[in-house]
Amino acid sequence: MQTNAAVANSEIQTKKRNSSSAGSQLKSYLRHPGSGILALLTGVAAVLTFAVLLFLVGYILVKGIPYLTPSLFSLEYNSENVSLMPSLINTFIMTVMTLLIAAPIGIFAAIYLVEYAKKGNRLVKVIRITAETLSGIPSIVFGLFGMLFFVTAMNWGMSLMAGIFTLVIMVLPLIMRTSEEALKAVPDSYREASFGLGAGKLRTIFTIVLPSAVPGILAGIILAIGRIIGETAALLYTSGTVAQIPDLMGSGRTLALHMYVLSSEGLHMNQASATAVVILVFVLIINWLSGKAAKRIAKG
Amino acid sequence: MSIKNTSKVSIDRIKEQGMKTVFMVAACVSVLAVLLICLFLFASGIPAIGEIGPTKFLFGTTWKPSNNLYGIFSMIVASIYVTGGAILVGVPIALFTSVFMARYCPKKIYRPLKSGIELMAGVPSIVYGFFGLVVMVPFIRNTFGGTGTSWLAASLLLGIMILPTIIGPTESALRSVPESYYEGSLALGATKERSIFCVMLPAAKSGILAAVVLGIGRAIGETMAVIMVAGNQARMPQGILKGLRTMTANIVTEMGYATGLHREALIATGVVLFVFILIINLSLSLLNRRAENAN
Repeated sequence: MQTNAAVANSEIQTKKRNSSSAGSQLKSYLRHPGSGILALLTGVAAVLTFAVLLFLVGYILVKGIPYLTPSLFSLEYNSENVSLMPSLINTFIMTVMTLLIAAPIGIFAAIYLVEYAKKGNRLVKVIRITAETLSGIPSIVFGLFGMLFFVTAMNWGMSLMAGIFTLVIMVLPLIMRTSEEALKAVPDSYREASFGLGAGKLRTIFTIVLPSAVPGILAGIILAIGRIIGETAALLYTSGTVAQIPDLMGSGRTLALHMYVLSSEGLHMNQASATAVVILVFVLIINWLSGKAAKRIAKG
Repeated sequence: MSIKNTSKVSIDRIKEQGMKTVFMVAACVSVLAVLLICLFLFASGIPAIGEIGPTKFLFGTTWKPSNNLYGIFSMIVASIYVTGGAILVGVPIALFTSVFMARYCPKKIYRPLKSGIELMAGVPSIVYGFFGLVVMVPFIRNTFGGTGTSWLAASLLLGIMILPTIIGPTESALRSVPESYYEGSLALGATKERSIFCVMLPAAKSGILAAVVLGIGRAIGETMAVIMVAGNQARMPQGILKGLRTMTANIVTEMGYATGLHREALIATGVVLFVFILIINLSLSLLNRRAENAN
């Protein structure tokens, strides 16, 4: 509601500004040079921000697209073709597996927080604080923990599995928070109507509340996919950097890791920029999808 | 009939109770994760700090694993310098851009610009790092001399990376300032800019501060982008055009081949970083609470 009011307000202002001529605006800036400078700085900062974004995306596309050759997508990696296909498949495996584990946990946790927990419950406070803490931890710390716990203590070695579980912990707070918000946004009247028709709590949750919260939950999962695809630091010492398609207990690199290895070796910079293009395309698709999800939420 | 009904009811009750427990266990996973992270990091890092000596480790300026010298002071300083530079670059631009988004942006281009900022937040740090390595580093090398991989490059790149982190919350903080403040200020004869910068910004200050702290957290924890542009020399920072090594970079560059005390010293570096982050998180939640109370 608040944002709607704000948008409406800014609309009114835009109209007001358009009605006063540019000339009188300029005159007022001459009379108040400080205001003129601030307005100028605001414009310059905005232009700068979006120019940087455009330049970054444009540069990577221009540099990378010419090197998207068929050999870059051959199934086997060797130092000749520097194929990104194994990494692409690993990225896919890790994304799916991570979500298969993290999404149920995150959604169930959100259900507990919204539907079951009583207000002021101490456990809920602890859960909130820890989730907040988790979401602020940088990925390199997750990587260290994954290395100490999954790779060494659980004795899984550097493997996709270790990487997957590290990522699960990393995206869990994100999925929890977005699901919680989505569940909270479901009107209480839905629940009351369901209870009134004689449905139990569980049935109400799974047939009434969850389906209406799907767009919001989906938005969170899409964000999580974005984080998984771009993750490097947390995976460097958990899933390792071998360029192959392993089974779950073997080491394999994701696209982002592939890109890191290529650019730190410095021998295949062109292929690295081609990989950047592939990652960027994924990021663009994810952004587009989350925009669509947001629109569906807004529609209700 | 009635027996059948009661047994069905009791099965339902078991189901309800069972699922409630499942939900609760799922909710506790995050608690368990934080506990495990603290336990494993501290259990592996603290003994190393003890063995090296806390003052030698935290305030020693030489990092020479081959000579058994493990002082990370230069890296703590480097992390703070790089983050400080990023704040100097990023915060003013982010602040003005948020003002633009909240008060100046024509409605027609608002949606595309907003998704542009979301896209900026979604670009992985490795892509930013690559961009820094192939564009910014050569640019700095050709313009200012030196190798290009430097404090300046790292701070500039991080300054760009924290823009979306700061712009998002700052814009919503500005939007949540009551419109009457703005109108009141206009009615008193202030210009639009004066009303925004002298009335609305101060009113939104706790939200803005929280956004800046969020940016600091992101900058100090950033790893891959920094590694690619900072040069990673393990010495005290020697100038804006010279290379330096942050705590995050120290962990990643050497963990690959480190063993024994060296490896534990790297984990201890992670512990110090973790403590920094915990302090930042704590101040963030305090600030957020204050922002909520202010509203």
